[in-house]
Amino acid sequence: MFEAIAFYLFAALTITMFTITVMTSQALYAITAMAAGMIFISAFFFILGADFLGAIQIIVYTGAVMALYAFGMMFFDTTRDVVEKRTNPQIVFVLGVLAAVMVVAIFVAPIVSNNIQALYPIQEGVGNSQAVGMVLFTKYLVPFELAAVMLLVAMIGGIVLAGKKMDKSLTLMKEEEIGLMDDTFEPKAGGH
Amino acid sequence: MELYLYVALFAPLVGSLYAALFSASPKSKHVGIVASGLLFTSFVSSAILLSYVMSGHIVHVEMMTWMATGDLYIPFGFVVDQVSVVMMMVVTIVSTVVHIYSIGYMDHDKGFNRFFSWLSAFVFSMMVLVMSDNFAGLFIGWEGVGLCSWGLIGFWYHKESATWAANEAFIMNRIADLGMLIGIFLLYWNTGSLQYDVVFAEIGNLPLVVTTWIGIFLFIGAMGKSAQFPLHTWLADAMEGPTPVSALIHAATMVTAGVYLVVRANPIYDLIPNVGLFIASLGAFVALFAASMALVNRDMKRIIAYSTLSQLGYMFVAAGLGAYWVALFHLMAHAFFKALLFLGAGNVMHAMHDELDPFKMGGLRKVMKGTFVMMTLASVALAGIYPFAGFFSKDLILEVGFVEHHYVIYTVLLLTAGLTAFYSFRLVALIFHGEERYKLFGIHPHEAYKFMLVAMSPLLVLAMIAGAFKMTYYQLVISVLPDTQYHVHSEMTYWIMTIGTQLFVIAAIVYAYKKYSNWNSVPDGTSAMENSFGYKLLSNQYYIPKFYEEVFSKPYLELSRIAWKQIDLKIVDATVDGIANVIYKTGENTRDIQNGNLSTMLRWMVVGLVVLITLALAFTVGYNAVGA
Amino acid sequence: MEVTLNHYLVLSTILFAIGLVGVMRRKNLLMLFFATEILLNATNIAFAAISHYIGDLSGQMFAFFIIAIAASEVAIGLGLLIVWFKRTGKIDLDQMNSMRG
Repeated sequence: MFEAIAFYLFAALTITMFTITVMTSQALYAITAMAAGMIFISAFFFILGADFLGAIQIIVYTGAVMALYAFGMMFFDTTRDVVEKRTNPQIVFVLGVLAAVMVVAIFVAPIVSNNIQALYPIQEGVGNSQAVGMVLFTKYLVPFELAAVMLLVAMIGGIVLAGKKMDKSLTLMKEEEIGLMDDTFEPKAGGH
Repeated sequence: MELYLYVALFAPLVGSLYAALFSASPKSKHVGIVASGLLFTSFVSSAILLSYVMSGHIVHVEMMTWMATGDLYIPFGFVVDQVSVVMMMVVTIVSTVVHIYSIGYMDHDKGFNRFFSWLSAFVFSMMVLVMSDNFAGLFIGWEGVGLCSWGLIGFWYHKESATWAANEAFIMNRIADLGMLIGIFLLYWNTGSLQYDVVFAEIGNLPLVVTTWIGIFLFIGAMGKSAQFPLHTWLADAMEGPTPVSALIHAATMVTAGVYLVVRANPIYDLIPNVGLFIASLGAFVALFAASMALVNRDMKRIIAYSTLSQLGYMFVAAGLGAYWVALFHLMAHAFFKALLFLGAGNVMHAMHDELDPFKMGGLRKVMKGTFVMMTLASVALAGIYPFAGFFSKDLILEVGFVEHHYVIYTVLLLTAGLTAFYSFRLVALIFHGEERYKLFGIHPHEAYKFMLVAMSPLLVLAMIAGAFKMTYYQLVISVLPDTQYHVHSEMTYWIMTIGTQLFVIAAIVYAYKKYSNWNSVPDGTSAMENSFGYKLLSNQYYIPKFYEEVFSKPYLELSRIAWKQIDLKIVDATVDGIANVIYKTGENTRDIQNGNLSTMLRWMVVGLVVLITLALAFTVGYNAVGA
Repeated sequence: MEVTLNHYLVLSTILFAIGLVGVMRRKNLLMLFFATEILLNATNIAFAAISHYIGDLSGQMFAFFIIAIAASEVAIGLGLLIVWFKRTGKIDLDQMNSMRG
């Protein structure tokens, strides 16, 4: 009973938040609603017993991703309303709903036919974090490492893209050239 | 001996390729000399093979595998036996003579080198035809000679009449070749092989109906190549080609391929005497029919062409009545004197600046003594006067008809013999005797090159003495062909027949001389005779070309036009254009997708996603439904 | 009134639909990124729910990796966005038409 109440409550909240995110013309509302939605989603993970995932959700999404977005928004001009040209909103909704229905059908199909078997069943008497850790570092070790490399690449990529003069290498330059670089440096007009 | 076989076969091919190398360059005499030399080599090899075969051996080689799939096995096999060696001799002798003659005849022609390329290629194809040891190889040669004949008839391709004649010959032969091909298929289907020896060993075991059909279809092929009625019209039109071509292809070799086929397939035709009788009847009919057209024609070469047609009829009579060796003998003798006649006509044409109407000539014997003698002797041989070649071969055919009790055929052939003598000497008389009518047209005739006359002399000799080889030849070929002797039972009848025929022929010659040797005017179409029904019927070739034109060509043209206008333009083209238009319109209408707007692209992406998921779902459901 | 897997799947689908609508109607690139985050989260819920109801940890693993991917995407995406903004001063999707065919 408690579970059901929690589910419906959080479902309603999440849907509301995300709808706001998608529909509002205020960037600030959007990001705030988004962050709230992320937190609510982690609630589902806790209900489902995926404690570790819930924690990750809060830390990574609400902590890191949302913070990044917040910085991004500071970079852009967010004081004015987001003006967007709209064309054929009906098509957008029809397509969205249609796709969603299809996805449900696909997801439900195998479960209804009961032909799925657990490859890595949840063990009794072991905490969720421990179980996740065991599977993650045994069966999914390679993907895990790949994910780590990917994150590293993404980090470096982000720094290179957003940073200034990242195409020049200070370690490969001579002293004079670095000095020259300082002289020619001037802040961009658009930057905040 | 295999070496000689390959030399005989491939020397003409080498000559052809050599000439082809220079086909685009201006006239160079060495091309003609090399081609002729190689032809002579081929002739020598054939002669050596002849002497070898005469000692009772057969050369049979399998050069290489041609087709081997499943049960089908066709090698490039060649056989030199008593029949093919005779053909080889005929082909190589005549073609060597014609090659040397052509060096002089084509002297002023721009396509000199090209001519030799075609001519040698023709000889090669003919050799393949006669030497092959299976029906498939024969068919290859058959088509090869057809192709070369097309190229040579239409040699002067800038003349529309020449290209028309070439196409006519080619198309007529295709019609007949279809029949031949069906015959070959039937053979393979029923005997499982195309090798002569296998087929002929098997043929007796087949039902008579099947054998009959095979015989009929093969003969249809022979009818086309040998220009038998009703596929005869192309031969007279083929005279558009250079005269040496007419001598080689349309007198001596290619047109006799049909006879060769029937002779070669004698085990088949032996089983079906009814078809044989039909062949003989058709041959007799064509003999008379062609001779009658030759009576009134005013084109020197066409007269000789009709004469060829008529003589082919004789050969088919012999072949149809089962006297295969007689047919082959007449084929051989005819090749010599008819080629000679054509080459002589070529000389006259040269002298008269391509004038073909004998009525515009006359009195040429004074300026062209050599040609005069040769053509007269060739005509004598053609008429069948003792002791020339024609007497031995042609009278033999008459005897065959008589002995086999086909008196109608005999009568027809006898009559034709008279007509032959008449039109041959009509031609000779008009060209060489009488007043010099050519002066009216301001022509100054001259004799041909001496070496051309020398080149022709072997043919002259053979035309005179070929009859002497009759017994040798007979001994040779009966080891392959059925040995049937034709003797009139009573000595008395034989002499009456022979002398009677001779007298009849001589009378025809005398009549022709009397009527035409003092001719002094050029007919202009006003005389009573020229307006008579008979004359018109004959000079228009019984209106058969016109009939073909009206009944086949025009409706076909009309049909083609309908097919073009209605089917091709309105259905085929419309369909193709329609498909193109649909695609084009689709592109036109969907180019909005590519407007570069990323938002639109995203939408399309979602559309694609929906479509794909729908498909996946549909297939899954469908699969489960079927699985359940 | 038991909560079944289908409840979660329906919820996931609703969220996914919201995300798709956002993807399609947003012209502001930053907002577009928000919409993609919604899509990813919607699938995460589905994964976690299926994992729970079937008793298999694989679903959670996938969700885990999806979070990693989302983080990388944000890092790279925002970097590109900043470069683009520096160049043009705008982050409007309609103005990005250099791919016009």
